[in-house]
Amino acid sequence: MSYQGKKNIPKITSDRLLIKGGRIVNDDQSFHADIYMEDGLIKQIGDNLIVPGGVKTIEAQGKMVIPGGIDIHTHFQMPYRGTTTVDDFTQGSKAALAGGTTMIVDHVIPEPGSSLMEAYDQWRQWADEKACCDYSLHVDITHWNDSVKQEVDNLIKEKGVNSFQVYMAYKDYYQMSNSELYEVFTFLAERGGIAQVHAENGEIIAEEQARMLQMGITGPEGHVLSRPEELEAEAVFRAITIASQTNCPLYVTRVMSKSAADIISQARKRGNVVFGEPITASLGTDGTHYWSKNWAKAASFVTSPPLSPDPTTPDYLNTLLSSGDLSVTGSAHCTFSVAQKAIGKDDFTQIPEGVNGVEERMVLIWDKAVTTGKMDENMFVAVTSTNAAKILNLYPRKGRIAVGSDADLVIWDTDSIRTITAKTHNSAAEYNVFEGMELRGAPLVVICQGKIVLEDGNLHVTSGVGRFIPCSPFPDFAYKRVKARKQLAVLRAVPRGMYDGPVSEFSMSRGGTPSASARTSPTKQPVRNLHQSGFSLAGNPAPCGPPTPDDIPIRPAGRRIVVPPGGRSNITSLS
Amino acid sequence: MSGYQGKKNIPRITSDRLLIKGAKIVNDDQSFCADIYMEDGVIKQIGENLIVPGGVKTIDAHGRMLMPGGIDVHTRFQMPDRGMTSADDFYQGTKAALAGGTTMIIDHVVPEPGISLISAFEQWREWADSKSCCDYSLHVDITEWHKGIQEEMETLVKDHGVNSFLVYLAYKDVFQLTDAQVYEVFSVIRDLGAIAQVHAENGDIVAEEQRRILEQGITGPEGHVLSHPEEVEAEAVNRSVTVANQTNCPLYVTKVMSKSAADVIAQARKKGTVVYGEPITASLGTDGSHYWSKNWAKAAAYVTSPPLSPDPTTPDYLNSLLSCGDLQVTGSAHCPFNTAQRAVGKDDFSLIPEGVNGTEERMSIIWDKCVVTGKMDENQFVAVTSTNAAKIFNLYPRKGRIAVGSDADLVLWDPDVTKIISAKSHNSTVEYNIFEGTEVRGGPLVVISQGKIVLEEGNLHTTEGSGRYVARKPFSDYVYKRIKARSRLAELRGVPRGLYDGPVCEVSVTPKTMTPASSAKTSPAKQPNQPVRNLHQSGFSLSGAQIDDNVPRRNTQRIVAPPGGRANITSLG
Repeated sequence: MSYQGKKNIPKITSDRLLIKGGRIVNDDQSFHADIYMEDGLIKQIGDNLIVPGGVKTIEAQGKMVIPGGIDIHTHFQMPYRGTTTVDDFTQGSKAALAGGTTMIVDHVIPEPGSSLMEAYDQWRQWADEKACCDYSLHVDITHWNDSVKQEVDNLIKEKGVNSFQVYMAYKDYYQMSNSELYEVFTFLAERGGIAQVHAENGEIIAEEQARMLQMGITGPEGHVLSRPEELEAEAVFRAITIASQTNCPLYVTRVMSKSAADIISQARKRGNVVFGEPITASLGTDGTHYWSKNWAKAASFVTSPPLSPDPTTPDYLNTLLSSGDLSVTGSAHCTFSVAQKAIGKDDFTQIPEGVNGVEERMVLIWDKAVTTGKMDENMFVAVTSTNAAKILNLYPRKGRIAVGSDADLVIWDTDSIRTITAKTHNSAAEYNVFEGMELRGAPLVVICQGKIVLEDGNLHVTSGVGRFIPCSPFPDFAYKRVKARKQLAVLRAVPRGMYDGPVSEFSMSRGGTPSASARTSPTKQPVRNLHQSGFSLAGNPAPCGPPTPDDIPIRPAGRRIVVPPGGRSNITSLS
Repeated sequence: MSGYQGKKNIPRITSDRLLIKGAKIVNDDQSFCADIYMEDGVIKQIGENLIVPGGVKTIDAHGRMLMPGGIDVHTRFQMPDRGMTSADDFYQGTKAALAGGTTMIIDHVVPEPGISLISAFEQWREWADSKSCCDYSLHVDITEWHKGIQEEMETLVKDHGVNSFLVYLAYKDVFQLTDAQVYEVFSVIRDLGAIAQVHAENGDIVAEEQRRILEQGITGPEGHVLSHPEEVEAEAVNRSVTVANQTNCPLYVTKVMSKSAADVIAQARKKGTVVYGEPITASLGTDGSHYWSKNWAKAAAYVTSPPLSPDPTTPDYLNSLLSCGDLQVTGSAHCPFNTAQRAVGKDDFSLIPEGVNGTEERMSIIWDKCVVTGKMDENQFVAVTSTNAAKIFNLYPRKGRIAVGSDADLVLWDPDVTKIISAKSHNSTVEYNIFEGTEVRGGPLVVISQGKIVLEEGNLHTTEGSGRYVARKPFSDYVYKRIKARSRLAELRGVPRGLYDGPVCEVSVTPKTMTPASSAKTSPAKQPNQPVRNLHQSGFSLSGAQIDDNVPRRNTQRIVAPPGGRANITSLG
């Protein structure tokens, strides 16, 4: 794998590390064994390992050792109207490591109209300088044309990107039409990419926003009122339909509501290849805070799709995550300071969107799903790490404790209890959407690239040590099924003789009576124009429905059929 | 109610007075035995031992079922299509309707985009007034959207008795409206008290699929169904339900053709949405396997949109949902073309004119598939073929019920008659009947329209031009009682807060000022007019700079001691 020209300076701890007496937890099983790591890789697993002398040893007696978390959705250092989110790659990945997450996948957001490749390079530069843990990148497709297509192709083939997000919201800005989605999905399916989708109906949101503002609702509650949960569910449904048509694996980012989650689980029952990503915020809190009297607090919850005002939502989403209907978890960590949020103090549509969650993700899921008995520790590893690695095609390098895998590990303490507050969190934001929550479970030791970064509550991170991890296309986890279906889905025409009976005259130009040229969809432009050029008799339509007088009055066409000029050949009698 | 529109109301065939003795009267709520006396096209008395004028024509019904005449809520007679016209005009079409026991039809006015709704409406009125043999009403289709259309809709509702409008989610670049336009149309419809009808298919995807399938060399009618997969119908139904919920507008889905679309409607009703589903004769009676027929002309005769589902269990499923009330009304979407007209698309399925027959077969098919099989009883049969339609479109109880004062549109139904449907004997003008060879039990014995016998002993006595236009008022109770209650509840309120007077991050007035993806995440959408966006873009001048902006926590610092004091930002909690 490429180290991307980084100086791999050993620091904080030596390159060799032994964990003794831990219980190794993978997504499929748990077992007791010691782990020996060297040069950032797991070298040996077993009992009574033979290791060099003087190696640093961690006693993990009885504690769980799990693969480090993968936060599959972050927005660190995201530019926003001349400012930037308060957590840059250093701050953000530091918070990630503090929470037991050893890899993040950030979204590259090219400005519509600008080059995907340039944006990708820009993000690479920022992250290479600052990231404290390994990272990968999703690239968002914010507009669509042939040159974007070419760039997507290059990103997949040469730059190690296998997932691309499209937006169904942000009308007149990022939003794509259904036809564009169809084309993007078709292209990604050919090239082995994963189609991610921000699912909300932007057209209706725009209408609702205008209505809210007209009614004088300008505070953060307008944000959730203008984006009701149905609009999320509708868009998820539509995205699934298009993905199913194009036989493209679909990944729904930020599942925020019960109804959206239901649609995903129904689609999976029907056999669609679709993955749902609830985020820390939707699993841990709800949208009642939008009505807070404290504007700054209410604004800190603003994200899209919004948190659902239904307080039973987090529990429901945790249940679906436990049952496997939702597959992976991210944080969508994208924090703004209060002063930045205040850009929208008089108009909720101007509030920059995003919540925190990269640090709290693992702990929160442990508390909500494992301590409540919804899922076991193996499922916990699956939804926080393994499934993400499989979707990104990084498995088993990431997401598993096995010989040869990266030494990204977490020693998990199931008994620790901690209260989340903005006073102690590692993000730079003043508000934490999980403020005051008491959570059980926490990372005791975090090992990233074979080095201890969290020990005894102290973080030892180094800016810039994070490596870019390229993701290759056609991940088996998604594409095995897609490939099998592709082979089945060959369509065949019915072999018939040529129809040589009479043909009505018709005009393609909309002449004649109102609503000529109706009913048939003349949509596919290029093809259709070719056809059109063959019909030059436009404009003299001479409506031919009511029969010409020399025909039998009741069944004019019937008679014509009986003795067509060219013989009957192909039109057999009624059968 | 509506005037007689200056028609000469010439009595013919039978006198204006009619007595039916010994019938079992079937309404949607109950059945009972009584005599019925009608005069001047209106039911005057119901009961036993009626006192009637002497010499009145009497029909002895011998305990047979007498039910309200059927209402076919969806026809497209005489519909123009690219200079052609669908094969059955209003005369031929209404004659076929009467032959099947349907005494009222509601046709769709399809204005060509760019043509005024009113003038299209008047064109249809003229066609129907001169030819229709039974009462009729008109839906108006919205094929484009701008301010003028809104005013025309108001006029149609207030002055012309139209209370239903259809929008298309399909037919890209011709009739199709965007989601935002549909939202606006639905808002207008709700304010007018009308009903939003929707042709539900995702036109964008259909267009892409059509192109793909033509590229693969599939040009026959099977390409039609391959390019209109059932999911695409379900998706559009789901989307229109969402928009209708947002706008609190009653929704009516025309042509429910597939199981999954019907399921979406059933689920939405369980969640409380005011939505009605209309399966048609074709989707209740046959399936889409015929698109693969080797006989091109036969395969083409089945082409309609959404297409018939290739899943042969679909008709049975839809009949079950119709019986349990998840689907409410039935139409025929009768719009057949003859083979020469269909052959316009002989080399390209996307050019085949769309539409199937079904106005004549509707009542018999439903009787055979639902009542004979025990899925529904005779009362539910009346509900789905007539009463529910009358209620939704505000014609009840003038239509859709046998009661004193209602119109004398009646059918004496024979549940025992057996008939084989065939193009040789049907009343439509087309060469193919998509139900060809289907044996159905149950059929009309006598049909009475406007108090006159039009079908007796197998003979039709119809009069061209005798059909009246029936005006419909807005705010139908059946639909709008719930809508009204909900709009009273749905008031939204803002949270009263003090003014935020803390620090505000500076944003360039022209909001985009940095590297790629500045001005992200906030939807600049609520100004739907594009020019606004271009203005923003034009300010994009200093791109590429300011990497030093990214010093962490600089904003935090400002907050700790902001110049204006902390005022409204209370501490956490």
